[in-house]
Amino acid sequence: MNIRNQLAANDGRRRLKNQIMCAFLFLAAIVAIAPLVSVFVYVVQRGYQAMSWDFFTQLPAAVGSSGGGMANAITGTMVLVALASLIGVPVGICGGLYLSEFGANSKIASTLRFGVDILASVPSIIVGLFAYAVVVMPMKRPSALAGGFALAILMIPTVARTSEALLKLVPVHIREAGLALGIPRWKVIIFIVLRGSMGAIITGIMLGIARAAGETAPLLLTAAGSQHWSHGLDQPIASLPVQIYTFAISPYDEWQKQAWAGAFVLVLFVFVLNIGTRLIIKRPTIAKD
Amino acid sequence: MAQTSIILQTKRVNAYFGKVHAIQDVSLEFRSNTVTAMIGPSGCGKSTFIRTLNRMHEEVPGARVEGEVLLDGSNIYQPGVDPVSIRRRIGMVFQKANPFPSLSIFDNVAAGLKLAGFQRRTVLQEVVERSLRQAALWDEVKDKLKAPGTSLSGGQQQRLCIARALAVSPPVLLMDEPTSALDPISTAKIEELVMELKNEVTIVIVTHNMQQAARISDHTAFFLMGEMVECDLTSRIFTKPRDSRTENYITGRFG
Repeated sequence: MNIRNQLAANDGRRRLKNQIMCAFLFLAAIVAIAPLVSVFVYVVQRGYQAMSWDFFTQLPAAVGSSGGGMANAITGTMVLVALASLIGVPVGICGGLYLSEFGANSKIASTLRFGVDILASVPSIIVGLFAYAVVVMPMKRPSALAGGFALAILMIPTVARTSEALLKLVPVHIREAGLALGIPRWKVIIFIVLRGSMGAIITGIMLGIARAAGETAPLLLTAAGSQHWSHGLDQPIASLPVQIYTFAISPYDEWQKQAWAGAFVLVLFVFVLNIGTRLIIKRPTIAKD
Repeated sequence: MAQTSIILQTKRVNAYFGKVHAIQDVSLEFRSNTVTAMIGPSGCGKSTFIRTLNRMHEEVPGARVEGEVLLDGSNIYQPGVDPVSIRRRIGMVFQKANPFPSLSIFDNVAAGLKLAGFQRRTVLQEVVERSLRQAALWDEVKDKLKAPGTSLSGGQQQRLCIARALAVSPPVLLMDEPTSALDPISTAKIEELVMELKNEVTIVIVTHNMQQAARISDHTAFFLMGEMVECDLTSRIFTKPRDSRTENYITGRFG
């Protein structure tokens, strides 16, 4: 009886504690999301004012003259992201396949997995320096290729780890069904396992692309920047982040406005990419147990 | 029952998971166009045993097999034998229905052929229809062959898996507790199916359910703790078993 009474007596205190903790956690969640919302609102506000049709069709205007746009930087970012995906996506998916299907629990695989995790947290400027050393220096000039290469290296860990995680979600009994049908292992992996999780893997790819699209530091070193249209993949190329950086630190009012517009477009691009993939891949393609 | 030829035979098969000796010296014969049931308490090794028959046991990391399994007289464990070619001739249906989640009903059934290189649409259509009819599923799905395989009910999914296994025309079909996750009506359908299918394939079925073994099998093998205690005509196993352990099990004294 004693215990029962004591428990009843504790009840009020327990409930109060519960409420305080809940309030605290809610507050923490608000603090976490506040920067996102305020950055978004601020960028949209400032960027929208500077937005015009010219922004998407014109080259940057010379100092002193008004108007102009970032058409070259927008296409440049697209070219860089495409180049990066061309290298990063196949390497990332194949790496993920190796880690989940072939290496599995081997020493090599766990070493590789560790390496990929480290790569994911290497500061992007270091990746830029690396690309500078292996691509820019031999070619003797910054280029779209060097930029794409640097962004690809940044994409690989995201794509590889997401692919691995998603492939591992495919239950063993699905693989066994394939093997028991007399389907060779590689075909089971490609046509059944990979196909089943492709939708989700595309989400991983999109996240990788979104990350690559916003990188600035490695592009400063590798793709440099340009106020003109691209003259080829072996030439320097403009990109949104670098253009934003150049214009934002300039002392000219017009340029700073353009930088805000650029930031707006970049945020919109990443936002649309995220939301878009989520909408396209709304059906869960992974088998449920 | 008339004696038919031996299609599958094991000689002193031993199976291991790492250091665990799961199956000890099992020698059995399976005759063409018969149903052989493997019964025994949980963990007795009956599922492990049938997985040694189509080289699926070795898919588990650390697992290995010793002894011989003769399919039409040749050892499937001989060095140089490709497990893929064995599995095309010895099909398997699992305890849990496992249709390929990303594929339609049609493609589920066609998968074995398609991924073996058959591409002719007309051939595939023919085989898919025949296999679904064999699995007594055709009438229920013929109007929705493009629907995902996973959209079917549990019992239908299991029959889809049977159709998928039959599509590659294996002479032997292994069934690992195919009805243990199904309701009585679906179970009855599959039992009926098994009895019809034995005209075309030799069936080895693992079951927890002794009544099921009695209903559908010609021969029954009783497993206990990794050993095959005895194998005989089903009618004899359930009426006058030779081993007292078998008798204890079928009379419900343990297991």
